[in-house]
Parts: sequence; structure tokens; C-alpha cells
Amino acid sequence: MSPPVEDILRVMPELIFCGFGVLLMLLQPFLRERNGMAFLALCGAGLGTLASIFPLVNAGSAFGELIRADGFSGFFHLLVGLVAFLVILASAPYLERERLAPAEFYALVLFATAGMGVLASAQELLTAFIGLEMSSISSYVLAGYRRESLKAGESAMKYFLLGSFATAFFLYGIALVYGATGTTRLSQMSAADPGGNLLRLGLALILIGLGFKVAAAPFQVWTPDVYEGAPTPVTALFSAGPKAAAFALLLRIFSTVPAANEFWFWAFWILAALTMFVGNLGALVQTNVKRMLAYSSIAHAGYILVAFCAVAFTRGDDERLTAGVAAVLYYLLAYALVKLGAFTVVSHLGGAGEKRLDLNDYAGLGQRQPVAAAALSLYLLSLLGLPVTAGFLGKFYIFKAAIHSNLIWLAVLMAINSVIGAYYYLRLIVIMYMRDSQPGVDRIPFPASVNLVLMITALGTVYFGLFPNRLIAFASHPGFILGR
Amino acid sequence: MTPATLHFVSGGHLLTVVIFFPALGALALLILRSEDHEWIRRVSFTVAAAEFVLSLLLIPGVPLGSGTYHLEEFHPWIASPPIQYHLGVDGISLFLVILTTFLTPISILASWTSIHARVKEFFVMLLLLEVGIVGVFLSLNLFLFFLFWEVMLIPMYFLIGIWGHERRIYAAVKFVLYTMAGSILMLVGILWLYNATGTFDLPTIQQMLQGGLLALSPRAETLLFLAFFVAFAIKVPLFPFHTWLPDAHVEAPTAGSVILAGVLLKMGTYGMIRFCLPLFPDASRRYAPAIAVLAIIGIIYGALVALVQPNLKKLVAYSSVSHLGFVVLGIFALQNISMQGAVFQMLAHGISTGALFLLVGMLYDRRHTFEIDDYGGLATPMPRLAAFFLFVALSSLGLPMLNGFVGEYLVLLGTYQVHWKWAAWAATGVILSACYLLWSYQRVFFGEVTNDKNRALADASARERWILASMAVVILWMGIGSPFFTRRFATSCQTVLDQMQRPWAYEAAAPRPTAAGPHASSSALGSSLERFGSR
Repeated sequence: MSPPVEDILRVMPELIFCGFGVLLMLLQPFLRERNGMAFLALCGAGLGTLASIFPLVNAGSAFGELIRADGFSGFFHLLVGLVAFLVILASAPYLERERLAPAEFYALVLFATAGMGVLASAQELLTAFIGLEMSSISSYVLAGYRRESLKAGESAMKYFLLGSFATAFFLYGIALVYGATGTTRLSQMSAADPGGNLLRLGLALILIGLGFKVAAAPFQVWTPDVYEGAPTPVTALFSAGPKAAAFALLLRIFSTVPAANEFWFWAFWILAALTMFVGNLGALVQTNVKRMLAYSSIAHAGYILVAFCAVAFTRGDDERLTAGVAAVLYYLLAYALVKLGAFTVVSHLGGAGEKRLDLNDYAGLGQRQPVAAAALSLYLLSLLGLPVTAGFLGKFYIFKAAIHSNLIWLAVLMAINSVIGAYYYLRLIVIMYMRDSQPGVDRIPFPASVNLVLMITALGTVYFGLFPNRLIAFASHPGFILGR
Repeated sequence: MTPATLHFVSGGHLLTVVIFFPALGALALLILRSEDHEWIRRVSFTVAAAEFVLSLLLIPGVPLGSGTYHLEEFHPWIASPPIQYHLGVDGISLFLVILTTFLTPISILASWTSIHARVKEFFVMLLLLEVGIVGVFLSLNLFLFFLFWEVMLIPMYFLIGIWGHERRIYAAVKFVLYTMAGSILMLVGILWLYNATGTFDLPTIQQMLQGGLLALSPRAETLLFLAFFVAFAIKVPLFPFHTWLPDAHVEAPTAGSVILAGVLLKMGTYGMIRFCLPLFPDASRRYAPAIAVLAIIGIIYGALVALVQPNLKKLVAYSSVSHLGFVVLGIFALQNISMQGAVFQMLAHGISTGALFLLVGMLYDRRHTFEIDDYGGLATPMPRLAAFFLFVALSSLGLPMLNGFVGEYLVLLGTYQVHWKWAAWAATGVILSACYLLWSYQRVFFGEVTNDKNRALADASARERWILASMAVVILWMGIGSPFFTRRFATSCQTVLDQMQRPWAYEAAAPRPTAAGPHASSSALGSSLERFGSR
């Protein structure tokens, strides 16, 4: 008996992503054209993103409640689909420059995206685990895609070892949760006995496993090395996609099973505070742009964790829940746009073999390549959280959610961190605009596809910074997350 | 023109036009070729001058004797949380806006020949800076206010960092980090306030607080007051938050210094008047003595440091610390007279110190040094510049008939009514300012020309004479015609003081208020949140 059409439609994005991935691998021997493959991959990403609109109009569960396609998962599908689309767009010239095989690369990006999609809509822990593995394994390969580079090898190895370790935690957590409640379905877990220590422990292990994925301190150690070694378009993908998907799952789990939140509240609190400080203080001393942005990713995971704390600490107040979830969603989108744009600029300024990644290589960029410098400045200002950018409103919503949940001191810590962050973002702007070019540094013309990515991300950053209404209305849809 | 016709003619958007007109000008500049320096200068000056004329239209828009907001604009902007695009002008912000639009064309003229590199970007930044500052003065929504407050940082950062002097990058970063450190805590405060009131709209919050619809617990009020006050105190800068100022001033290009001293610092004192006093009156009263003491320390400390400065620009920068101390003292004396004096001193200091920075910049253009020792006897080669310098210095030290006198006199008068010792200590600042200004004037302009490089310096050019003459006219006019200004903001000052009254608080003071009362004093922020935060 085949599943009903609606069920198929609810996993359509994943089917499209995977289908195009397989298609790319099959066609590889016949299709010699790089552009043709890029086009096919773009079609896959674009169609998959479009297909995620269906759950928005017709929400519901599929496959016996293993998957729930609703506004929440739809949002994340759109987000990771967009990320995949932009990453493919930006990586076409990169792959050509680095002489890397395109078909597998695109296929892996699409598989990873499918995994993230599953992660975002999973309503059952083992399904979530499958999604996590799909996205992780593709990511391990992508991290080591530049085989000649030692750093890429190191990056892939570290990511693989630590990632598997984290997955083991996650899996063990699932086992404990199953032991405590007798189910792995989120909807049934909320009805199960809330008080047990076993459940608390299981959820803590799940938190640790996902903490690795979102690069929350003290589970962040892999991040700078992996981000530095991976090909930069892949770094862009890492910083935007898997993080969003992992946060989606975190939100799903911890808002459906609020029993443990009260118990682990201080764990969340410390996790958020520590992540912010580790990220920002680490970024202060970096001289490599990719490493700096990697540490800034950690810091931003900390900011999102502040909003996550606000969600976890709602004490049954739906309004707080909505505000917190909306803050997380808005921030993830704003952050994904900015990080994608920034890493795209970095990947193309790096030149062949990604050699020019030192901060000093950016000296005089403002005069050498005004457009690239302006775009990068906009992203940095958005990361810094200055008004008229989406990053500012993102911070604003997180502050609001945190204060609404009475997390005043966490908000103050976040404020302090924003100022620390300002220092290193401004430092890069200083170097770009206030230092003179080093001799022998040429202009690197940007291909049209890269310019398109920059335009989309920059316009998105400003647009959502000025007119957040629709997005916020969408993200704070009542009962958004619990599927009511 | 009556306010009604004005409102009609502008389609109800006069304030929006006044804020964003320079941004249009900046866009126009972007179209020009960047080698076309002459046209870039002309266009930006024309835009800034037109902006000045536009801002003059606000004067008839604010009727005499009115203490409320005028020419208001109110449009919904962000739906959740409810944020409105709310603008308005009253007597206090009126002249601060005009001061900004007056100093911007002046600084464009002053940069005419001294900026050679990246000319287009320079004037774009200057015009964007004007957008941010005017926006700060006209916003009546806390969110909007914060937005302009932060937006303004970026152009100023570039102005100092790209076109500044030797240690420009250090100064620029220090300036931004100091300001951000304060303002981000203010954002937390703003959100806390929103959480308790459910709105970002300043007049609404004022009414809620004044009408007793919302009671802040003393602890909450204190924390909120500090969150706002520290942000403003850093901007002013009040002693001991002043250490960014000498660096920023000395390293900034002349135009940057003029705007920085002329208007940016006023954003801090303006914030104190507009937000700290009306929103948190009890905390303001409680901390007023401490703040007054800090202000007096600032007055005397700034003057003493200025006295021993070998660097002319730093001297003027420290004189700003001293003069701004008077403004803060005038505000926190909580008297109508002293507050009028504070507002007047804000304007007077903007003009006088702006003019001093212009003069120092003109000397620098000729000799490329700020060291007083490198000068001497300049009155011989440049008599006109010397005359203007003396005039401006006299206005800055508070000679009667000139603008500096009015503000300081009113501040001291008002302060004396509260606390004669404060006034006495502050008055020493007046004496000291005469010392450092006249002494430095003597060392720079009088005596023999000791350095041969100074012998053949050119006197003020026609452009410089126009700049200085217009400044001198304003200085004289403000000194003689001060009622033109004070009449317009006297009522607004009184309104601020009235807003500090909490009639219900005094009724409730005698019997212990019941918990059920609308203004139960025991209501912590949390419980007020439950009542008003249940949106």
C-alpha cells in the first residue's frame, strides 16, 4: 500500500533534494559542462525550496506522525533551501577555480540539505537521528573536499571524529528518553511522566549532542579548525544550515517536553553565557578571517541560545514561548543571510588555493574593490548589530524575548558581548577602509553569480532590517511550534 | 506662517523631510564622478544650506509659550512589537536641530580645501551624519531614537578613522566602543521599559508614569535610570566617562570636531532632559546631588587640564568637558532657570566651541601642528584671524553681551537657588576658562614671531572670513537677543519639570498605599508587568 499523496507532498522537499542529488551523480559521466551541472543543482535546490511551501498551506503529520510538516518546519525548509541555493550559486566559480569536481559537491550539498530538512520536521527522535546523520555525513565529506589541502584533511578528520562522538551522545540520549517514557515520539513524550531523572538525563545528553552541532561552548572546540580548513562555500553552508536545523530540533524537543527545562534551566543559562564569551573573546585575537568568522559563529550561537533560554523558561506562558521562538527564527534567518554573504566574499577574495585569508590581505579593500568592501562591511555591521540591518532587529528581538522571560542578567551579558564583538568586526572594517593596500595585491573580479549572491544577501539584510513585519508575523504564529 | 499652514504645505511630513533631505543629497553625491571634487563640494554645500533653510521652517511651527510637541508625525511601522514612526519637535529640540543644520554647511565650507583624499565619501558621510543627528533630536519613539542614535555612529567612525590625524584609528575605535557600551545597556533599559508599559512611544510612557497607571519600584527605577543615564553621560561626556573625548577630538578632521563638539555631545544632555528626568523623576532627584558633584568636578577638572595643555586642539577639547559640566549641572539643579541656562549653554557651546575648532583647524591647515609652542606672535601675519579668535575666545569664556555668558549665568543663577555651594564651585570654572583661553591666546597670537615659518602665514581667506563672520554674527546675536531663544524653550523646560511631578505619589505618601491601589508602591516591576504586560 502506498502512502497517501499528502504524506508524499509533506516530504516533497527532501525527495526533490535527494532526487536531484542522485540525478547529478548519475549524469556526471555524461554531462561535461560545469555550468550544466550547476544549473541542475540550482534547479534541485530551487524546486525543493518551492516544494516546502505546501506544508505552509496544508500543515499536518505524515507517515504516522514521524514527520510533522507545518509552518515551523516550512520556515526551516525555506531557510535551508535558500542557503543551499545560494551556496551552490556561489560555489560554481569557486569549484572551477580550485579545479574540484562539481557533481559530487552539489550532490552532497543537496543531501545535507535534505538531512537538515528531515531534522527540522522530525516529530520522532529516531527520524531526527536519521536526518542528523544524513546532514552530518555529507558535511564530513564536504569539509575534506579539497583533498590536496592538509588543512582540509584535518578539518574533515576533526569534524568526523567529534561529530560522531556527539552523535553517540545524541543516540544515547534517545535511548535513555525511550527508557524513561517508553516512546520516542515527541507528542507522546509530553504526556509521559515528567519527573523522572532518567528523562532529565536523556534530555541532557540530547542537549550535549545538539550542542556540538550548534557549536555551543564547551562543545565548540572543533568549530574554528573545521571552519578554517573546509572550502569556504562549505564553511558558509556549515555556519548557516546545520546550525539552523539543529536549533529547530532543539526548539521542538525542549518546548514539547518542558518538564526538564526547569531542572536544566541553569545549564541552558550557563551554556548561553559561556558560548557568547568564548566566541567573542576567541575572535578578538584571530588574524585569519575565516577563523575570526568561525569564532563569531560561536558567539552568535550564544546569542541564539539566549533566546532559546527564553523559550525554555516560559513557565507555561504561551506568549513568552511565541516571542522566544520568533526571536530564534528571525535571528537564524538574519544570521544565515549575513554569514553566507560574508563567507562568499571571503571565498572569492582568498584567491586560488585560498591563500589570502589574513586580516592584512584586506588592507585597502575599500579602494581596491569598493563593492565587495561595502558588502562585507554591511554584513559585519549586521553581525555587530547596528540598526537598519537585520542583525540589529535580530538582537533586538532576542533582548526582548530575554527580558520578557525575566532573564535580565543574561540580556546584560549579551549586551556586554555585543560590545566585545564590535571591536573585532570594526577591526576588519578599519583594515579595509583605513589601511593602504599592500603592494602586489590585485583586484579580483567577482563573477556574476557571486555578485548575485551578494546582492540577494545584502538586500535581504537591509529589507528585513527595515520591514520585519511579515516575517515576525509568520514566525510568531500562535501555537506555531507545538503543532496546535 | 502659522503651524497649521506649515503642516498643510509640507503634507504633514515636514519633520521627515528635514531628517532625510541630507540622505537624498548623499545619494545625489554618489551619482557624481569621484574625481569631480569641485562639484561634489558645491552639491553638498547646496544640500546642507537648503537643509538649513528647511529647518528654519520649524521655528514658526513651534508657537511661543507652548511646551508640547508639534508637527507630529505618527505612522505604524513594525507591528510586533508595536513600534511607531513618531516624530515631533518642541522648544528644546527645535534649536538643537537648527544648530545641527547650521554647523553642517559651515563644516562643509571648512573642509573645502583641507580634504583631498576620498572627497566624495567624506561629504557623503557628513550628510549621513546629519541625518542621524537630526533624527535623534526629532524622534519621539524610544526605538526610533535608539536607531538614529546608533546609526549616527558609523559616519562619525569613518570621519575620524579615514580623514583623521595620526592616531585616528585608535580614536575612532575608542569612540565607537565607548558609545556602544553605554547605548547597548540603554537598549536593555528601553526593552525593560517596554516590557512594563507595552509601548515604545515616549509621550504614552510619560503619560502612563505621570498618571500613575504604571509604578516602577524604586529599584527598577534606579536601574532603568542608570541604564539611560550612563549612555548619555558617556556621550556628554560627564567626568569620569570623558576619556574618549580628547582622543576623538584631536584626531578628528576639523569638520568632524565641529560636529562632534557642536552637536554630538548635546545628544547626551538632550537625552538627559528628554528621557532621564521625565521618565525617572525619583531616581533623578535621588542622584541629582551626586551627578551635580560629578558635573562640578568635570567643570574644574576639565578647566585645569585645559590650562596645562600644550596642544591647542586638546585644550579646546578639554574646555568642552568643562563647559558641558555646566550643562549637566544646570539640568540636575532641577530649576526652570537653570534648565533654560543648560539648553542655552548647549547652543552657545555648539557655536563657540565649533568656531574654536574651526579656527584651530585653520591654523592647522597652514602649519600642520597643534602645538602651542610652534606658534607665537601670529597676530602680526594674520590680524584678521587673530581678531576672530579673540572674539570667539571671549564668547567661550563668557563675556557679557556674547552667547557664552547667558547660558553660564542662567545655570549659576538657577543652581544658586538650590545650593549656593554648587554655584560657588562651578563659578570657579568661569574664572579658569578665562585663564586658559586668554593665556593660550596670548601664547599663540601675541609677542614676537619666534618661529620663522610663522612669519609669512596667510591671513584668513575670503571663504574663511565668511565662515567666521557668520559664526561671529550668531555669537553676537545670541548674546544680545537671547530672549528670542529662551522664550521658545522656557515652557518646554517647565513641561519637563512638570512631568517630573507625580501627583498621585504625594497623595499616597501619607497613608500607606494599599496593594490593590493602582499605584501600589510595593509593586515591583514584575507585578506591574502582570498588569500591563498582559497584551
